[in-house]
Amino acid sequence: MATSLPAFRCDETLRELRQGLESVQDTIATALSARDYEEGAMFAIRLAIEEAIVNAFRHGNRSDPKKVVFFRAEIDDREARFEVEDQGPGFDPRTIPDPTDEDNIEIPSGRGVMLIRAYMSSVEYVKPGNRLRMSYVKGAVPSA
Amino acid sequence: MAAPSSHISIRKHDGVIRIDFVDRNILDELNIHQIGEELLKSVESEFKPKVVIVFANVEHLSSAAFGTLMKFLERVKSRDGQLRLCELKPRVLEGFTITKLNRLFAIHDSYQAAADSFK
Repeated sequence: MATSLPAFRCDETLRELRQGLESVQDTIATALSARDYEEGAMFAIRLAIEEAIVNAFRHGNRSDPKKVVFFRAEIDDREARFEVEDQGPGFDPRTIPDPTDEDNIEIPSGRGVMLIRAYMSSVEYVKPGNRLRMSYVKGAVPSA
Repeated sequence: MAAPSSHISIRKHDGVIRIDFVDRNILDELNIHQIGEELLKSVESEFKPKVVIVFANVEHLSSAAFGTLMKFLERVKSRDGQLRLCELKPRVLEGFTITKLNRLFAIHDSYQAAADSFK
């Protein structure tokens, strides 16, 4: 009988986008691979983490170098859960214009949240909107 | 002759500007600004440019990369040019479909099909 690995947990404070993102992506890829997440799952999670952390630094913290981003992960054999929290005032995700509307299709920004929703199983912004919770469940239909 | 840069290679053949991405993970957020600059520079002295971007090496497109491509499309159009994309891997194409940007860009299976579409 196969034995499952204990859940992987991490709680990181990211002080700079480039270094923080590279470090987190490497750590998470190793944890996912060890728990047999398939290539499509790894791709989806990598993309969602990148979009979430970039949004946190750029839009949440408005690139203020004095502010940090908190990244938390818990990964077991069935599900990978993540939280990305910035130090900004938060926002209401319902106010993001739908980038697929004809009126917005040529606007070059605003697709990050859409991609996260498309690739992850669940996505939630915790009020006041500066903390994103998302999860990927093996075999589950994406949330969007 | 190829004009190498850090992230893209640019060649001109039979009036078509061919742009290849040099390595597969280059289109992440961390490099996208520089890539955008290189793309814009590739058509700065061109009139009615015919441009094909080859995605054969690309594994991953972020939202920032989509934004950069859209700005490049706008620049090409502002010079009365045309832009084609080709050789997208299924996951990269999926990103275009999710964001519905496949309606904005002309996407072809191969470089040859993209180049022929200018004729």
